[in-house]
Amino acid sequence: MEGLIVIAGLIAVVVLATVILSRHAQRGARAVERVRPRGEIEFGERLTARDHVIRSAITSGPGIAWVTFFLLIPLLVMGVMGFVTNNALKEYQATGSLEAFKAKEVKGVTTSAFTLDNYKRFFGYGRLGFNPLYPKILWRSFKLALGTTICCILCAFPLAFFIAAMPAKYKGLALTLAVIPFWTNLLIRTYAWQLLLAPDSLITKAMNLIGVGDPGSPLYPSAGAVFVGMVSAYLPFLILPLYTAVEKIDWSIAEAASDLGADGKRVFWYAVLPQVMPGLAAGITLVFIPAMGQYVVPDLLGGAKMDMLGNAIQRQFGASLNWPMGSAIAFLSMGAVMIALWIYARTAAKRGAEALL
Amino acid sequence: MATMDKSVPAVETVEVVRTFGTARALDAVSLTIRQGEFFSLLGPSGCGKTTLLRAIGGLDYPDSGTIRLLGQNAEDIPAHKRPVNTVFQSYALFPHMTIEENVGFGLRMKKIPKAEAEARVKKVMDMVQIAQFAGRKPSQLSGGQRQRVALARAIVNEPQVLLLDEPMGALDLKLRKELQVELLTLQRRLGITFICVTHDQEEALVMSDRIAVMRAGKIEQLGDAEELYEHPRTRFVGQFLGSVNLLEARVTSRSGKDILVDTQLGPLRIDSSTQRSPACANPNFHFAIRPEKVALLSRSEGPGENRIPVKVQQLMYIGSETHYDLDAGPQKLSAELMNAKVGSQGYDIGQEALAYLPPAGLIVLDD
Repeated sequence: MEGLIVIAGLIAVVVLATVILSRHAQRGARAVERVRPRGEIEFGERLTARDHVIRSAITSGPGIAWVTFFLLIPLLVMGVMGFVTNNALKEYQATGSLEAFKAKEVKGVTTSAFTLDNYKRFFGYGRLGFNPLYPKILWRSFKLALGTTICCILCAFPLAFFIAAMPAKYKGLALTLAVIPFWTNLLIRTYAWQLLLAPDSLITKAMNLIGVGDPGSPLYPSAGAVFVGMVSAYLPFLILPLYTAVEKIDWSIAEAASDLGADGKRVFWYAVLPQVMPGLAAGITLVFIPAMGQYVVPDLLGGAKMDMLGNAIQRQFGASLNWPMGSAIAFLSMGAVMIALWIYARTAAKRGAEALL
Repeated sequence: MATMDKSVPAVETVEVVRTFGTARALDAVSLTIRQGEFFSLLGPSGCGKTTLLRAIGGLDYPDSGTIRLLGQNAEDIPAHKRPVNTVFQSYALFPHMTIEENVGFGLRMKKIPKAEAEARVKKVMDMVQIAQFAGRKPSQLSGGQRQRVALARAIVNEPQVLLLDEPMGALDLKLRKELQVELLTLQRRLGITFICVTHDQEEALVMSDRIAVMRAGKIEQLGDAEELYEHPRTRFVGQFLGSVNLLEARVTSRSGKDILVDTQLGPLRIDSSTQRSPACANPNFHFAIRPEKVALLSRSEGPGENRIPVKVQQLMYIGSETHYDLDAGPQKLSAELMNAKVGSQGYDIGQEALAYLPPAGLIVLDD
């Protein structure tokens, strides 16, 4: 019974979204009709307001439905789930009845099925006073993502310029080589790094020679190994957009800067960097967001001693069986990433290139 | 630099060579450009004129040879330290900066105090009439306006030499003519040496004090506009600047200042007193005559010296003048006549006439 109600509700949401959207399209088309009563001519066709609605429903309808069903609604469910007590949720899962979410009286005390505790815990309100467990995890994940992004930028910049400067016939090959790691699963790649950093590997022996690590022991788990793994996992995400931007650089603008008295460093800063900013910004977003949620690499190469956001969420949904807490962590860490990106986008837009480095 | 001796050449190139792969973009180019001069490098695309300009600006380096800027060897001066600024063909404005920031960029790089820089930027923007666009981005400007910004961005630095790479290349004809006059006025006012690269012969003729016609990495001829037009030294210069009728001559006899030659059009007399080519002494040479120097006479005037019977094959009436394609038997001639008469101008297609080639208008060529 409840299942049917939920499905009906979901359908209602989609219908509502589509209606709102088509009303919007219709209003736009009406405004046009007031000026041109017989409709707007688009791509050689005369379109009435109705045509506009039908067309926008056909073209954007599937996308809206997909995003609504598989992104917005689950996200909404997750956000709400964070406000539910674990006991209530478990009861609902056991009985399948919405009765579970009603307030209960146990031994004279009324307990609500809804609570702010999960969200509060994320910010450090523990049952025994302040407990910075989750802020620390968030900060750790943030540092890992930031470090990975910076390392990727440092590696991708020279590489992107190098590939762009190659003769045309080798560019494709070079890009393919840069992307080849993608052909293998991340987990397998990470295990491969364990082999490469094992005590008897050439890399380890070479590193031992220059005084890194103890001979006879592997180079992992260590922070260095984590960064090696992270950078190799995310580098292509930065190289590809950056390379595309570097390819499009108008070098006459760099020449103009040099002609106007800018030395090499300032030519790069004022004439080259602003031109690759769109690609760089896209690459940073592509690396930073997934790196923030990454936990396989730090687990396998960092020794699973320290929790990342990913581990924390996974444990709540898995071993701890506390879905509401998991939902709260997931929801808030997503919020944190969005705020970080918003600040980044604002400053980048306001101050141009200077904001970034 | 400001109190420089005016007799020192602004730019001097000595045997400058630049090769790209196997192509010689500059083949031992030597020239001297005076201070305060409007100098044009004219030639078809690929003749090396832009390469020479880039070498002077320091954006490209010659394989061998010397470039001197105001007497100083430029080899030791990197592009960003040369007293030279460039107006690029594509303008190369900084797309992410406002017009004001674009114009002020050079002064910012030189760390000119802010107040002074602002005053100079404003003055120059007023001078080229772009002050009202100060806060806009280059993408919001039209081609002509961008051209002015590029010009302002260069001259605000008060360079000793301003290099212009096809400055009007992207503009339409009317705007180009307007800007030509403006550019010339500006150059006279600022007293800066302008070196302008162009493939537009009219632009070069209108603006320049002197013109170097380039071909395949070499300077074919150097001189002022009148000299180049009236006394082209080679077939290439003659054809590139304006149009010419080209003829081959075999000398039959010489007497005094007259050279009598045999051509495909019959015997002709050439006045050697107006000639500058050493080829006059050769037994065979090429010579040219400008279409507007050819006169058309009625057949009734009868045969005579340098008169060639022709038939009008095609005519183009362009108002102030009429261009005729004349069939002179083994060769075609073109003639351009001012429509100075009142009423009908006289010659129709198919009509027979006499073309008169004045002996002093025949130009003996080196090659």
